[in-house]
Amino acid sequence: MRSLAIALLLAVAAPSVAEPPPPPDVPLSDPSAEARARAVMSELRCLTCQNQSIADSGASQAQAMRTEVRTRIAAGEDPEQVRAWFVDRYGDWVSFVPPAREDTALLWAAPLLFLAIGLALVARRFRR
Amino acid sequence: MIPELGHFALWLAAMAALAQAFAPTVGLWRNRDDLADLAVPTALAQGLFTGLAFVALAYAFIISDFSVKLVAANSHSMKPDMYRFTGVWANHEGSLLLWVLVMALAGVAVALAPATLGSRFRARVLSVQGFVSLGFFAFLLFASNPFERLIPAPTEGVGLNPLLQDPGLAFHPPLLYAGYVGLSVAFAFAVAGMLENKVGPQWARATRPWIAGAWALLTLGIALGSYWAYYELGWGGWWFWDPVENAALMPWIAATALLHSIAVVMKRDALRAWTLLLAVAAFSLSMMGTFIVRSGLLTSVHAFAVDPTRGLFLMLLMALYIGGALTIYALAAGRVAEGRQFALVSRETSLVANNLLLSAMLGVILLGTLYPMALEAMGGAQISVGPPYFNRTIVPMLLVAAVLMGIAPWLGWKRSATGHLARRLLPASIATAAAAVVAVLLLDVRGIGAILGFAAAAWLGAASITILVRRGLTFNSAGMALAHLGVAVSILGATASGALQREALVALRVGDSVQMGPWRAELMDVRPVAGPNWTAIEATLYVQRNGRPVGTVTPQSRMFIAPAQETTESGRTGWRMGEVYAVLGKPDGSGRWQVHLWVKPLVRLIWIGGLLMALGGVVALGGRVRALALRRRKLVTFAEPQAA
Repeated sequence: MRSLAIALLLAVAAPSVAEPPPPPDVPLSDPSAEARARAVMSELRCLTCQNQSIADSGASQAQAMRTEVRTRIAAGEDPEQVRAWFVDRYGDWVSFVPPAREDTALLWAAPLLFLAIGLALVARRFRR
Repeated sequence: MIPELGHFALWLAAMAALAQAFAPTVGLWRNRDDLADLAVPTALAQGLFTGLAFVALAYAFIISDFSVKLVAANSHSMKPDMYRFTGVWANHEGSLLLWVLVMALAGVAVALAPATLGSRFRARVLSVQGFVSLGFFAFLLFASNPFERLIPAPTEGVGLNPLLQDPGLAFHPPLLYAGYVGLSVAFAFAVAGMLENKVGPQWARATRPWIAGAWALLTLGIALGSYWAYYELGWGGWWFWDPVENAALMPWIAATALLHSIAVVMKRDALRAWTLLLAVAAFSLSMMGTFIVRSGLLTSVHAFAVDPTRGLFLMLLMALYIGGALTIYALAAGRVAEGRQFALVSRETSLVANNLLLSAMLGVILLGTLYPMALEAMGGAQISVGPPYFNRTIVPMLLVAAVLMGIAPWLGWKRSATGHLARRLLPASIATAAAAVVAVLLLDVRGIGAILGFAAAAWLGAASITILVRRGLTFNSAGMALAHLGVAVSILGATASGALQREALVALRVGDSVQMGPWRAELMDVRPVAGPNWTAIEATLYVQRNGRPVGTVTPQSRMFIAPAQETTESGRTGWRMGEVYAVLGKPDGSGRWQVHLWVKPLVRLIWIGGLLMALGGVVALGGRVRALALRRRKLVTFAEPQAA
């Protein structure tokens, strides 16, 4: 059984050698640039995965996107520009940071709004 | 034959639930004791028949009876024995059967536990539980029959999603369900309390053990789920603010708030209406969590059902229960007085602040989880609300809560003096300053969030230990202090594993090594291995720290045979309370393998903190049980004349 399984495995593994995979991850030589690149990666969505950032994903598209992030950071773009480029290309969905716009005003106001409502209710209670 | 018997038992259980729901309701309304007294036997019958139905389904799974559609679709004869059994609830129908089983067993527990609030109240609680069960039985029998046959029977099953073939997942759903169901009991107590006009300290005393127990189970379930996601999904994280994770977290937060507010009802007979609302909210959120996960609104390993009629059924069920409970609340809230007043500086106020913060967190998580769906449904943009949003909004509130949690246990009820606080909190203050200095100077932490995290953990940890050491400990305060200590430990683990993490994503040949600060990992070997129903490529990495061996990690890339699916198995080795974590990626075609390595200091503290929290919940429960036994004797003398 085991030898059969291993033979099966090798048969399955073989095609991945034939197909040229995307270039492997090469960290940027400047550690602070690499750190900036990684920060951007952790906030971009892997489009072929289920709710994973490209920093966490092993998918080949995520790897290609990581390479893109590194290239852009190395070329001197700041993290916000890199993110904007991805949002421009793939839509808002690609960024785990929701955009700050009119249609997300409620979302961003929520924490203070809820606390304020709660405080107002509590204050009213104390006044009674 | 056995599956048909199981199906029949399920119908009998549903009939018992029907009787349990209506007989006591009519009995209490018409003052017919014979009908009201049916509550207990029908609850026992419901438990028995649901148990039989569950056993029948488990039997079909264990013997791999592929003539049962559910077994054929979710099991495989080559699957290891343990997963053939846990596979019972690793699918939509089976997980619902587990849900009704746990619910029926909770009914049995209520029926057999001493009725501290009188038999009339118990009949009311059981009838509410009967109504809740009834909906789930209807859903099972009409829209999700687990015993449906498949003719002709296939010779082999499709198999179980490999990600679910894991010991962590064997216990995660039962723990969560037991927690949700515990909250359904609290819900039943709340509704019964409103209908019987019994909401007060005695009611709180009877309800609290259910909440504490449910809370402890939910804590364990969530901690286990997080641990499973950490080691099984191979992404190096432990919480991603995924909608499914949030769906489980929201009832937990509501239960946490409820656990604190019911203490106020119990001790001071205040915050009654608010506590009732929380009890309704906690169970509603459990149902909503199940609904979100089960309806196919979300795609994830949890979403088994993508059948829209099922989603609609669940939504109707949820609307019915939540709407019904809120209507009863609206009608009864006027009769339920808020209770006694208290001064601004008091234990009550600190618990109100706790509830305020928890409610705000709950609101933010609810909004953040539903916002993308709502926006898209209204024809707006497709956005992602991910970890950056939740971390920026929830973490600051959590830090404020941690500061309050250090102070609150030292405040007195009603109106508190403040003179003793400086002395009591001296150890915590010293620990906080020390932690901040160590973080900045020795550990070279620069992020303000991380420094605050270390400081908050030290503050809350030291303050909680001070309570454990200095006070004349009751079970109650020991449980509280343990749970708070658990929160501190989890904050420490989360902060340290994030701020002090080292990470490398590299392509290595056998013999190559990678250096991460004092850490060094060498790729020793890559070879094929095989398990019972999978084969894998396994890498062996030898890990050293400052030249001293730490251990080897063996990440795998696994190929399951049935269903044919590839998974990555992380390789991990412990170092003190931290871990070295490795994931094997793909080969690059020239003999190099992509390897993702993390060093995560203190990461295990995250889940150890969860265990401490749950332990705290259980310890507090122990205190209550003892107190209940004492009180029962007193209660008899009070309750008898009323009943007569």
